[in-house]
Amino acid sequence: MAEILVLVDHVDGAVRKPTLELLTLARRLGEPSALLLGSGADSATEVLARYGARKVYVVDAPEVDEYLVTPAVDALTQLAERTGPAAILLPSGSDGKEIAARVALRLGSGLITDAVDVTAGPEGPVTEQSAFAATYQVTAHVTQGVPVITVKPNAAVPEPAPVEPVVEKPDVTFGPASHAVRVLSRTPRERGERPELTEADIVVSGGRGVNGAENFALIERVADALGAAVGASRAAVDAGWYPHSHQVGQTGTQVSPQLYLAAGISGAIQHRAGMQTSKTIVAVNKDADAPIFELADHGVVGDLFTVLPQLVEEIERRRS
Amino acid sequence: MKHVPDATADRTFTEDGTTDRASVDSLLSELDEYAVEQALRLAESDADAEICCLTVGPEDARDALRKALAMGGDAAVHVSDEDIEGSDVFGTSLVLAKAIERHGFDLVLCGMASTDGTMGVLPALLAERLGVPAVTHLEELAVENGTVTGRREGDGATVRIQGALPAVVSVTDRSGDARYPSFKGIMAAKKKPVETLGLSDLGIEAAEVGRAGARSAVDTATRRPPRTKGEIVADEGTGGIGLAAFLTAKKFV
Repeated sequence: MAEILVLVDHVDGAVRKPTLELLTLARRLGEPSALLLGSGADSATEVLARYGARKVYVVDAPEVDEYLVTPAVDALTQLAERTGPAAILLPSGSDGKEIAARVALRLGSGLITDAVDVTAGPEGPVTEQSAFAATYQVTAHVTQGVPVITVKPNAAVPEPAPVEPVVEKPDVTFGPASHAVRVLSRTPRERGERPELTEADIVVSGGRGVNGAENFALIERVADALGAAVGASRAAVDAGWYPHSHQVGQTGTQVSPQLYLAAGISGAIQHRAGMQTSKTIVAVNKDADAPIFELADHGVVGDLFTVLPQLVEEIERRRS
Repeated sequence: MKHVPDATADRTFTEDGTTDRASVDSLLSELDEYAVEQALRLAESDADAEICCLTVGPEDARDALRKALAMGGDAAVHVSDEDIEGSDVFGTSLVLAKAIERHGFDLVLCGMASTDGTMGVLPALLAERLGVPAVTHLEELAVENGTVTGRREGDGATVRIQGALPAVVSVTDRSGDARYPSFKGIMAAKKKPVETLGLSDLGIEAAEVGRAGARSAVDTATRRPPRTKGEIVADEGTGGIGLAAFLTAKKFV
């Protein structure tokens, strides 16, 4: 079976969940191989093997941390030229997409970004994407070269498929482009107790109606009661009530959880584009005409400051 | 910059899987306004700076250029050619890179993504084709002594990055609010030069772009069925309890 190359998203060897989803999808297309850039190979290899990576390629060079994006482009392109994979899968973050595009250009390949599903088809992988603020569902395939595909988080449920992997350390030549953009400093985002926004099964978001940074404690209380990540609308972020890294929307993070709870969010098109593919949507808003109610499976027209505390209390009562 | 269908309108696909541009009004992609704004701010501190606005697209894409010129751009280039229609991001980046090389540049400023395709990879492809640094997704930037330095809100970390000019830079919607064109700006824009180029001016063969040159194909584009209207209740004292019951029934509690 053909090799499917997966670029690993990790922090010092701690593999992030979207990579496990990529390995799961890759098994539908062929035999998954993982490319790990940077340090932490030992702990990462164990996890990658549990999710079916038959080969783990490790490139631990200083360039990977010292320069932006392009060292990964050199490594992935050269590995693809050597191994001739049937497809290349990457996570759909800003880094992943830029790496994917440049690799595809160098390989003379087509590129599909932000896939929400990938299946095997007669002419190679078939992708599914959402378009126009998730009002359309598009299927597509690459018509030239090795298909390069970036996949959004939550596109698949990670399924273990343990194997004994072969670990290789391929030589990579870093060209001038690899030294073009220097990383002066890197501040990892604080990982709190809550799940990450992109990976969470449940997201609880607050908007303009939350009316103040201090009131986001209430949103956090609801999130904790449900084991959820906290999101915020652009209005709440622009007002400085919650960090930008939590912004849900077209230009923030696009989420697709099992449950999305919108509190005090009216539902402007830019926000809907970022959460419309959530499986179940519930909303609490004072304004009965808020567009968010058009999407909601269950909506409460009311004051979030009375509805949410009651919700938390009732969840706790039902659990005890 | 890109002329795109209005993101707040009901956008559709045509039968061949390309964006239907006839059914809704188009305008300058909102995210590109931030790039124009940053160009204007940089030019304010450099008397020799010239801002040239570049777009590729059919006749009405000139409206996007007029908007940028009204905001304060100095001149514009419009690449328009029937054979470009249906181009994917590789075809588009080829056309833009050739036009940029022809014009000459110190800095190429782009929005972080278009509001229609939303791929966000064009700036990186331009840099790859032009052989210059890609300093992308900046929320904050400074240009000094031939280098551009900025802050990038990355996937798991905030990074400060730096590259030498000439470079391609893309900015996010947090880089600073874009100004509105003044009446004076709108009047002045009418007199500013807009050069029109075709593929032959750029030495590009028709087969390299358009549908012929595209490296991927849309198989189906289906409108999602609208979400079935859920139960909307007015809170009369038990809204939170009702919501908890709903979440329990759905097994979230």
